[in-house]
Amino acid sequence: MNSVLGDKRAIAILLGPALLVYTLVMLVPIIWSTGYTLFSGNAVTGFEFVGISNFVTFFTDPAAFDAVVFTLKYAIVLTIGQIAIGYLLSLLYVFWLKRASGVIRTLVFFPVVLPTVAVSLLFQRLFESAPAIGPVNTFLEAVGLHSVDWFGSAGTAFWVIVMMDIWRSAGFYAVLLYAGIIDIPDEILESARIDGATGWQLVRQIVLPLSLPVLLSSIIFSINGTLKVFDSVLALTNGGPGSGTTPLTLYMFRTSFTYADYGYGSTIAFMLTLICLVVTIFIFRSTRRDVTKG
Amino acid sequence: MTTTTVAPAPIRQHEPSRVRRSPSRGVSRALRRLPIQILIGLLLVVEIYPIVWLAIGSFRTQSEFLNEPFWALPANFNLDNYVAVFTTGNFGQFILNSITAVFPALALIIVFGVAAGFALEVMVWKGRGGVLLLFLAGIMVPAQMILLPLFTVYYRTNLMGSLWPLIITYTAIGLPLTVFMMATYFRAIPREMFEAATLDGASVLRSFWSVGFPMVRNAIFTVGLVQFFFIWNDLLIAITFTNSSKLQTIQAGLLNFTGEYGAVQYGPTFAAICVSVFGTLVIYLVLNQRIMRGLSAGSVKG
Repeated sequence: MNSVLGDKRAIAILLGPALLVYTLVMLVPIIWSTGYTLFSGNAVTGFEFVGISNFVTFFTDPAAFDAVVFTLKYAIVLTIGQIAIGYLLSLLYVFWLKRASGVIRTLVFFPVVLPTVAVSLLFQRLFESAPAIGPVNTFLEAVGLHSVDWFGSAGTAFWVIVMMDIWRSAGFYAVLLYAGIIDIPDEILESARIDGATGWQLVRQIVLPLSLPVLLSSIIFSINGTLKVFDSVLALTNGGPGSGTTPLTLYMFRTSFTYADYGYGSTIAFMLTLICLVVTIFIFRSTRRDVTKG
Repeated sequence: MTTTTVAPAPIRQHEPSRVRRSPSRGVSRALRRLPIQILIGLLLVVEIYPIVWLAIGSFRTQSEFLNEPFWALPANFNLDNYVAVFTTGNFGQFILNSITAVFPALALIIVFGVAAGFALEVMVWKGRGGVLLLFLAGIMVPAQMILLPLFTVYYRTNLMGSLWPLIITYTAIGLPLTVFMMATYFRAIPREMFEAATLDGASVLRSFWSVGFPMVRNAIFTVGLVQFFFIWNDLLIAITFTNSSKLQTIQAGLLNFTGEYGAVQYGPTFAAICVSVFGTLVIYLVLNQRIMRGLSAGSVKG
């Protein structure tokens, strides 16, 4: 039987095409791109071997440093934001809305499927200050505050990006976390209630520890996605004002395609991959330790 | 990681006692629920209002945008802005490009991905664990890692003037997640099914086609939907591998409307956003439960 399910020819037919495309269009380029880090130049002018000088440049380049700082800051703030709000939403679904939560869940989820560029263009208008005054600034003026030129400084532009991406993704994380909380056995919640646990006590001492696994995997998904932020920044602020909101992905894109420096572009991409890997491993390790402790 | 979208398991609470309650207790109970209700109301406004505002805005004129407050309704609902989007904005071409690039890639992803998932999960051979891991690694690596070599190849082979670079790249980028998800779905099918088919004399390809494929048909549809959203909404690949406005996809074309330089044409911008949102929104209205389930299952992509 195993000789039939281990038929080499069938394996080749079924797996071959996928593996071939994947190897040629992803694996080979990944290795190729790693090779580029040792060169300077581009596809049109040709390449010149420069050794590790691209990495030296990366660690001394203030623009690269700013991009790393922005990327990490964005990833941390957004991960905390979308997981926290997603978690609160999921608690709302499970404990207050209960069976009626279906419609709300569906409505809050929907921005996830909208194209990022469209949402970004919409948020540009929502936060506009001149010449037309957008809803957000109108609201600020109505409650007696000054309207803000949101895209005028990197600080405020950062928060618009964060708010937009939370708007887009909170419903998604809420559904993800909801699945984890719903899996908690009723008996445990019931017995905790009988023991007198109420409200926040119940959440903190019973629900939170028991939904920790799904919470932690959500954090890993979130970090991994947010470190690669590109679309929302490009479409919303285009990295500006100046280069105040430029993440590594966008810096890589500019270096490669505006300044045609493939070597340095590849180096930035390589460092980004490294950061993703290190962060994921770090979270995996620290969570495993925590779980065994707790 | 599987998300249930069926009605939540009933969580029993203290049944409110059916004994008579004094009116004041009823009032205090209503008051206690009030903050939650306000919160839910606020949540809905924040989620829904931007879209309503968008839809209304797509009918307003430039001067209505500049001279009237944001909540003002347009004086009349005519389609001028939409006409502008399709004539001067060239949106018809963008939509055509998106369809031409996305659907062939989607078909390839599904055919290759389902077959590979079967080979990696149902079939028995040395090294399949390693190959599955290899595919899994592809989910993690940022797309920036493959842009430059691919650009070089597409440039040298003169593919840049066509939509082939998009089709090829989308296919490759979609495969890891599809293979991973399909392997998970095949794992849920009892092995006895395939062993019985084998005992009945079916070849592997036959049992893939007649046993495996029909059993995961639903899963394939879900995975296809997930991949559709990822590819359809893609911006990075679309702006990297297209060198003329004739080849731009919807997302890349929409970027022309950011109005970084010069005055913003509000009406057409709003109409263009509406057009680009319309497709995914309609699909979501019809298939939301399945989409929520699928995207949650595919959340490893981050």
